[in-house]
Amino acid sequence: MSVVTASSRTPPTKTQGEAVIETSQLTKRYGKFTAVDNLNLTVHRGEVFGLLGPNGAGKTTTILMLLGLTEPTSGSVRVLGFDPSREPLDVKARVGYLPDAIGFYDELTARENLAYIARLNGLPHAEAAKRIPAAIERMGLGEVIDHPVATFSRGMRQRLGVAELLLKQPEIIIMDEPTLGLDPEAAHNFLGMILQLKHEGITILLSSHLLHQVQQVCDRVGLFSNGRMMISGTVAELAQRVLRGGYRITVQASGPADAIQRALLALPGVQKIEQTRPETFVIHGAHDLRADAAGAVVNAGGRLYGLDIEAPSLDEIYSVYFKEATNGAGS
Amino acid sequence: MAQAVEVQSTTVQPAGQVRRRKGSPWTGLWAVVAKEMADHLSSVRMQILEVLILLTAVGTVYAVMQGVRQSVGQDPFIFLRLFTTAREPLPAFIGFLSFLVPLIAISMSFDAVNGEFNRRTMSRVLAQPIYRDALLMGKFLAGFFTLALVLAAIWLLVMGMGILGLGLPPSGEEVARSLIFLVATIFYGGIWLALGLVFSVIFRQPATAALGALAVWLFFTIFWGMLTSLLARLISPVTYGTAQELLRQIEWEQALSRISPNTLYVEATLGILNPAIRSFGILLPSQLEGAIVGAPLPLSQSLMLMWPQLTGLIAATILLFALAYVLFQRQEIRA
Ligand SMILES: Nc1ncnc2c1ncn2[C@@H]1O[C@H](COP(=O)(O)OP(=O)(O)OP(=O)(O)O)[C@@H](O)[C@H]1O
Ligand SMILES: [Mg+2]
Repeated sequence: MSVVTASSRTPPTKTQGEAVIETSQLTKRYGKFTAVDNLNLTVHRGEVFGLLGPNGAGKTTTILMLLGLTEPTSGSVRVLGFDPSREPLDVKARVGYLPDAIGFYDELTARENLAYIARLNGLPHAEAAKRIPAAIERMGLGEVIDHPVATFSRGMRQRLGVAELLLKQPEIIIMDEPTLGLDPEAAHNFLGMILQLKHEGITILLSSHLLHQVQQVCDRVGLFSNGRMMISGTVAELAQRVLRGGYRITVQASGPADAIQRALLALPGVQKIEQTRPETFVIHGAHDLRADAAGAVVNAGGRLYGLDIEAPSLDEIYSVYFKEATNGAGS
Repeated sequence: MAQAVEVQSTTVQPAGQVRRRKGSPWTGLWAVVAKEMADHLSSVRMQILEVLILLTAVGTVYAVMQGVRQSVGQDPFIFLRLFTTAREPLPAFIGFLSFLVPLIAISMSFDAVNGEFNRRTMSRVLAQPIYRDALLMGKFLAGFFTLALVLAAIWLLVMGMGILGLGLPPSGEEVARSLIFLVATIFYGGIWLALGLVFSVIFRQPATAALGALAVWLFFTIFWGMLTSLLARLISPVTYGTAQELLRQIEWEQALSRISPNTLYVEATLGILNPAIRSFGILLPSQLEGAIVGAPLPLSQSLMLMWPQLTGLIAATILLFALAYVLFQRQEIRA
């Protein structure tokens, strides 16, 4: 399973890009405490959207409102055109949910657990008998299909949870911290699986703290804090706004250091140059400046040995953004 | 804020439709019932209690048969005696039932809701296209049907033992009376089932819920009887010692004791299983006018007599279930 970066294939969807989740001024209060504050969120068909934010930001609360498991205090929600608080059955029949703390009936086998879910979904018996082994097999649990879930590891339970989602054949999948507690390899495989689902045309909304993972699979992300969606967009867009670019280009060149530095600094889009070692310059720029930098080094009479680029990371965006946000609030 | 109000007004449906939920609240009910019943019937907890109730049934009925065999042919309600007669040192079978049925019922429901939270299956199950109503009702009905199944089996066993041991079939009236008794017993269990359900919604710890339900049961089994006479004396004291005063106090005591499901159950079962009983209170001479003392009441009269108790049992079951329902609807789903 390879993790490819987003949007390499067009999924076979109904109307690509139509909004399947839409909230407007969505608010949830617990007493005086506002858990979700005037949230406007739009997720389009076929995309993977990441909800990011610190603990207690309101991610789980938002997800519960999308599924009609919690009543919003005010504002409106539309999921696939349905209102989850009035038409929860329509929503829940089409949306698969993987909760953050996932549990099964330990004394029942994997097959029996899914059979119960199939019956709750009103799947005909024959159809369920076909889909259940297929879904379990696909998640690599074929060997243990008739073992009680009590014997399953955390990773196996997580995969059984996804098998349950596959069984429902949903249009949207909502996952709350899906890779929490998985080892790095399992997490990697899990992300690959998310991308496969995306390629099958399923819209995915996931919440997470694990930013580098989110960056690998999400088309767009939203940063959540204190119940508010602070900013949202593609990682590149966020980098542009928060880090004003965030590209870091490492240039290794010998020759007149001053001249090279001046030439690099003159390039459009360069924000800062650091000379970290005698023959190594680090350019902070707004976009990919590699070609320009190579030209500048040669023109300044230097010899170019190496050119490396580091794309902006979500980690950095996140920490810079929340540092600015808390500084702003503190002053 | 003004903006929020604006947005809302455009999305809200025509008045009256706003809060209506779409789809049947019972979608998925039978899936829940089937799963829960399978759980109950295969659980060790239930099997232990089933064996216990089986042993008491066999033991008491066998003991009774030793005693009543000689009156076969004279007593027209000899099958009913199997349920009601006590033979030292054993109490009557209905005595055992009034004790064991609450235990079985509570053992089936005390971890019904909190168990789902503790296993973290609640949010997964409610993310399926069902309402909470179906989950709670399904759990209640599964317990109720299991109880009905077990008690019906015991009923068949007792009747079978009677046919073999006494050498004659039960009369139609005996079958009818004992079936009504069966229904009363099932609803008596229903009360404790619903009570266990209420506690399983309130307390997250199954042990706390079980203790709470058992405390209520103990209270009514042991203490309520003592309290009623005390309370009756407080509410309606006998100062001059007139018959009227005494009567009033006894009436109070009786009314108070009927708050207990145990009293309702015992009165209901005695009323239907013992055709000689014509009233649960003190018989005033005026009530006995024209009646032949000791003559059995016809079935319809016995039914009339125990009707308030039977409906009381059913109403209490429904009320407690409604309480569990309201509490559960208000509960936050996140674990
Ligand atoms: N039933 C409740 N009563 C009162 N406050 C609540 C309730 N449920 C949640 N909250 C509060 O709402 C806030 C948002 O909670 P939520 O679970 O949505 O956060 P989250 O973003 O999912 O956090 P995490 O990353 O830790 O899962 C928290 O501060 C929490 O304390
Ligand atoms: Mg959460």
